Amino acid sequence: MLRHVGFGLIILGVFALNGKAPSEARAADTRVAEVSGERAAALTYLVRQDCGSCHGMTLRGGLGRPLLPDALAGAEVGAVAEVILEGIPGTPMPPWRGLLSEAEALWIARALKEGRIE
Amino acid sequence: MKSLTAALAILLLGFCAELQAAELRGTGDLGIVIERASGSLQVIDVTQRRALGRVQGLGDLSHASAVFSPDQRYAFVFGRDGGLTKVDLLTQSIVKRVVQAGNSIGGAISDDGRLVAVSNYEPGGVRVFDSDTLAPVADIPASYGAKGALSKTVGLVDAPGRRFVFTLYDAGEIWIADFSRGGDPVITKFEDVGALPYDALITGDGRHYIAGLFGEDGLARLDLWAAAPKVERLLDGYGRGEEKLPVYKMPHLEGWALAGKRFMLPAVGRHEILVVDADTFQEVGRVPVHGQPIFAVARPDGRQVWVNFAHPLNDTVQVIDVPSQKIVHEFKPGPTVLHLEFTPRGHEVWISVRDSDKVEVYDTRTFEKLAELPMAKPSGIFFAARAQRIGL
Ligand code: HEC
Repeated sequence: MLRHVGFGLIILGVFALNGKAPSEARAADTRVAEVSGERAAALTYLVRQDCGSCHGMTLRGGLGRPLLPDALAGAEVGAVAEVILEGIPGTPMPPWRGLLSEAEALWIARALKEGRIE
Repeated sequence: MKSLTAALAILLLGFCAELQAAELRGTGDLGIVIERASGSLQVIDVTQRRALGRVQGLGDLSHASAVFSPDQRYAFVFGRDGGLTKVDLLTQSIVKRVVQAGNSIGGAISDDGRLVAVSNYEPGGVRVFDSDTLAPVADIPASYGAKGALSKTVGLVDAPGRRFVFTLYDAGEIWIADFSRGGDPVITKFEDVGALPYDALITGDGRHYIAGLFGEDGLARLDLWAAAPKVERLLDGYGRGEEKLPVYKMPHLEGWALAGKRFMLPAVGRHEILVVDADTFQEVGRVPVHGQPIFAVARPDGRQVWVNFAHPLNDTVQVIDVPSQKIVHEFKPGPTVLHLEFTPRGHEVWISVRDSDKVEVYDTRTFEKLAELPMAKPSGIFFAARAQRIGL
């Protein structure tokens, strides 16, 4: 189910960002969410600074749990993106939908899992 | 020849006096600005509005805070990575540094200035050190429940009588550690204070300890003057059961402002400042503001409260006039306004603007900008005058 949702989001995201038909976009099964280089830099900054206010600037954890690759190893990219967009009700983890697009949430989820936020 | 010697002697004398003047100075109007991304801080002269020097090598300073020794010469800086660093403001150098835990959130200094306590997320609990040597004095693991799990601790403050008070985030408990009889503390625990207490403050008179609850619509208050203190609920249901707005940054309670006879508190999940009567603890009003408030800090005279905001509205500062409860000024220093600190008598306020790498100084009466100081990703600003106030 999560895989399916993730798949759909990527197609949507790529489509929305590039205005290209899914077939022209990067093969969806690589599960890469496209964002521009400039946006990627801004997202990296956002994760370190603004996610960092609860998860620690080095993502080693704060009030929120660590977001390092080890800590997220057991979770699918799509599931992590879902947590980012919807938050975790009843905890301080806020929903980022409205501030982040689905493609951006996927990009962050993948970057976190791969340890690419430095 | 003779006159030449005399001239030389006078020159030399003058030079010595100058040297000495440079060495002899008070530290009462010094302070520090945390440079969160580079593990450094700058020592500042608040009166001159200038930086005196940078101190490096303090580790991960995201969310760092500091307290000061009673003589106002030393700052104890609490880093995110468990680092506790004692910094000499006069020489702008590190006197001593220990990494006492894996992940920390703030600390406090005892009323007698001898003990420094650090609040830890990992391992959850409070560790206490000798302020002179930073040698360990006590370890207080925040274990709770049948399995003895460790809770993250938050809202650590000093209370009169060589005590520290802190809150267990995961457990929903408030603990008092009493060091009045020496290094082995007597612990008093208050259970079931409410869900997810995320930060706390102690009032300036050292009487009320108030913890904000994230998981509930209200706050928990402990009257430390009571013969048998117990936790009471405060502002229960202030959200009126309405759904919370997303909170992209946790509000800070330390800045909660006592302005005259009123407290001004940032609401959680509402774009409001709550106004509470300081005697009865009843809500007496609300001030709608620009976004989710983070700090609501009273100018020391209590006439104004300055407010900053969470992401994504963090470029703005609003000023509330306390008597009328109206916003009398709003301006945009730019993203991201992280912290503000008033001079002890409130004539000026220092504001850190993270993304533009500067600290700005404003006149609090005319709102005119008086100075800008370049700083690398500045966050917390702490003036040595805090040494003389309970809970700071
Ligand atoms: C206001 C504080 C706060 C902010 C800001 C915040 N988080 Fe969280 N986050 C939390 C808390 C607290 C939890 C743990 C909730 C719980 O108790 O289950 C959490 C949990 C998570 C989890 C689940 C981790 C796990 O192991 O289950 C992910 C993923 C996550 N956050 C990502 C993010 C990202 C990405 C951002 C920035 C876009 C962000 N968070 C910003 C507080 C925050």
